[in-house]
Amino acid sequence: MTDANAQAPRTSLFAPDARTARRNNSEARFRLFGLISVTIGLAALVMLLSSVLFNGTSSFRQTMLELPVTLDAKVLDKKGNRNPDDLAKVTTIGYGRLISDALDKAITDNGIVVDGLTSKDVKDMISKEAPAQIRGRVLANPDLIGQTVSFQVLANGRIDGYMKGRVTLETAERDSNVSVNQLHLADALHEKGLLDMPFNWLFITAPDASELRPEAAGLGVAILGSAYMMIIVLVLSLPIGVAASIYLEEFAPQNRITDLIEVNISNLAAVPSIVFGILGLAVFINFVGLPQSAPIVGALVLTLMTLPTIIIATRAALKAVPPSIREAALGVGASKMQSIFHHVLPLAMPGILTGAIIGLAQALGETAPLLLIGMVAFVRDYPGAPPEGFFDPAAALPVQVYNWTQRADPAFVERASGAIIVLLIFLVIMNFVAILLRRRFERRW
Amino acid sequence: MSLSLLILIVLALGVAGYALARARVTAQANGDRRRLHSLIGYYGHTVFLFATVPALLLLGAWLLLQPVVIDGRVSSMLQPGDIPEGGSLSLVMSDVRRIANGLDTLVAQGQLTEAALTTLRTETADVRGQLGSVGIALGSDVQTNVLEAAKAYRGQQGTAQAVMAAVVLLASVLGLALSYKRLSPDFRARNVFESFVKALLIASSMVAVLTTFGILFSMLFESIHFFQLYPAKEFFFSLTWNPQFRGGSSLGIWPLLWGTLYVSFVALLVAVPIGLMIAIYLSEYASKRLRTFAKPAIEILAGIPTIVYGLFALITVGPFLRDYFAQPLGLGTSSSSVMTAGLVMGIMLIPFVSSLSDDIISAVPQSLRDGSFGLGATQSETIRKVVFPAALPGIVGAVLLAASRAIGETMIVVMGAGAAAKLGLNPFEAMTTITVKIVSQLTGDTEFASPETLVAFALGMMLFFFTLALNVIALIVVRKYREQYE
Repeated sequence: MTDANAQAPRTSLFAPDARTARRNNSEARFRLFGLISVTIGLAALVMLLSSVLFNGTSSFRQTMLELPVTLDAKVLDKKGNRNPDDLAKVTTIGYGRLISDALDKAITDNGIVVDGLTSKDVKDMISKEAPAQIRGRVLANPDLIGQTVSFQVLANGRIDGYMKGRVTLETAERDSNVSVNQLHLADALHEKGLLDMPFNWLFITAPDASELRPEAAGLGVAILGSAYMMIIVLVLSLPIGVAASIYLEEFAPQNRITDLIEVNISNLAAVPSIVFGILGLAVFINFVGLPQSAPIVGALVLTLMTLPTIIIATRAALKAVPPSIREAALGVGASKMQSIFHHVLPLAMPGILTGAIIGLAQALGETAPLLLIGMVAFVRDYPGAPPEGFFDPAAALPVQVYNWTQRADPAFVERASGAIIVLLIFLVIMNFVAILLRRRFERRW
Repeated sequence: MSLSLLILIVLALGVAGYALARARVTAQANGDRRRLHSLIGYYGHTVFLFATVPALLLLGAWLLLQPVVIDGRVSSMLQPGDIPEGGSLSLVMSDVRRIANGLDTLVAQGQLTEAALTTLRTETADVRGQLGSVGIALGSDVQTNVLEAAKAYRGQQGTAQAVMAAVVLLASVLGLALSYKRLSPDFRARNVFESFVKALLIASSMVAVLTTFGILFSMLFESIHFFQLYPAKEFFFSLTWNPQFRGGSSLGIWPLLWGTLYVSFVALLVAVPIGLMIAIYLSEYASKRLRTFAKPAIEILAGIPTIVYGLFALITVGPFLRDYFAQPLGLGTSSSSVMTAGLVMGIMLIPFVSSLSDDIISAVPQSLRDGSFGLGATQSETIRKVVFPAALPGIVGAVLLAASRAIGETMIVVMGAGAAAKLGLNPFEAMTTITVKIVSQLTGDTEFASPETLVAFALGMMLFFFTLALNVIALIVVRKYREQYE
């Protein structure tokens, strides 16, 4: 008698025995786990992006009051000589009064009645930033004085929040910064078409604003600062990276020094980004004495971070050019340098540029090292024109996001998410260009 | 002379040198280019390089060293009494620089003549008010010595600029002249040019080495500085982290290290199983259509900047975990917690684990799978008992790389983990990490030379060596594994 005969006889070949069923079940389970994992990964991506989009898209619209403002010459130009120096003496308070008068007039003209509305309520409908903006317009164009000009005036941040659903009548009762009457007034103005939400160009062009004026905060300085940094990073890291790769890939002898360089590069690629920030602070700011929060310092740090990425991509691109190209060039009498610069490098260029763009995209989103070199500072002035402007204080897109998340007013969460959308749009464009380059020009040998 | 003008002049000299060189060798060869050793362009290129590169390198070096030298000379003018109570030399020096800039603006606007500037005295004029009118706001009145230092600073700055322009131009002209003199039809222009270029290539590849040295030395110097002010024993063995503005802080690394490891552990707990299963499913089970769609989609996660994850943790995951898990379970009321940061960081790490493991799993030879199938194993049994063990070293390497990312990650923990340094086990409590404290110690208003600021460098050093060790181990493991099947 063998063990096999001791088992119960099987009824049918088609009915799996218990062990097979168990094995098949475990197979199905394993597959399911795999599928669930893939789903989790994709769901995480969708949640991440939709969270940002959900919170941020509203920042591209801004509540504005459409008001005909009478630029009274008696208030703005007491001497009547249109002298810019005298005009500049009228502060924003004077302009603020003109705007609130205009709003008062608009309310009575349109027959809007809200019970218990005080004049302070009306005045606070308008953003504290609005007078400054109109003052800027008038100083730039004194001919406006004496006319009644239709302005789009920024509404207060809480009114903006109400229009976007962030502030409700219930929260307004508990909020000392906004009254329920103001919200009723906003509804009435909206009905009459005086209060609207046009596309928010100021969000993209205006500089940052103070903690109390989220409605006026914009990305202008940050975008400019990031652009400056990207220009310097590209100008520095592409030539240096390509030169280093050419040496390592084509010329370097197999020795200790070459090994050292290679190990260094692969290590630098894995060093945490904040360590580069420490390097920037210690070397570029404390030792060399470059100014804090200047694009040049940020760019130097980001260049050092981007170099390994570019070098690795360039070496792969150079390696992909078949040796027959080099040999053919050498065969017709070119020197080694000529064969590389005239033949190999142009053929490797699409790969190199793709790597460079991906490196730049990484650099654009990098935040931590920039925090350490002082780019968190509050900067309201646009940096000057390059190259001197590279040394002026500026902000950077990702740092601006971080900055806004540190502020108390919830309106800044919307701004931060909006800024991320802008950042992601830039990244998508850059990656799209990289993919296009690769598709269009990459050769398979 | 402005910097851009100087650079333009040097470049113009180079271009002129190029044209001159071509003209000269053509004339020397009587217009017969066949008599030249190299192609005619190489003569021009050589002169161009000699005229521009040394001069521009000199310019760069000068710009780097000038502030160091001038600061040193000017700060020696200041007396110990000029440094206010609680201030430091570096703060006074930054005032000096700002005053010097303000004086520059005043002179440029014509509010102050050079002659008036030399006789300007703090006793007789309202210097602070004047500077305020050009946007230089000072906290206190300008002291005599500080004003003198600022004047000297301004003077030396001006002199240095002029000397720099002269020296750079001289170097450019000298390079041009010397190389121009050497030109002749027999001059081996191509060889010289190529050696020059090769030297430039070598110099470029040295940048990576210099960066590493820069990182090491900057952190080493400041760490040594820190350990002179603060006992190393306390730093490495104290269990409390409690920096104080007025000194007497305790700066033990353990609470930070614990927070770092705890957050990283949670992150890996999320990322490793999910990432690994994704890799297995996509490489072994998924249809081609799903693979071409899902693989790049998951890799997008790796391309999203960490600040986006940070914001996600701050506004979505944190409040969600607090409202639905921490508060109902009575575990805490903080939206920033180890769990928040760990979860979000885990999502960030998924693509690292999955794409690395995917490569490794695909590299396992098909023959191993075929053998296992031939013995009657199901697909999952093959994966678990044959493919996975064969790929294990590579997967361990991938996990180590992910761990080093997790330890060095900054923005997610800054925005998601909180700032309270404590040793605790509750994952719904706020804790802090090494990177968070580096950011907060270096972006605060504390004086630079205090141990509270310098500790950031020691922390950075720890972080650097930690991640370096993990990376090296990972590389060794991965490399060893690759040799096995090649």
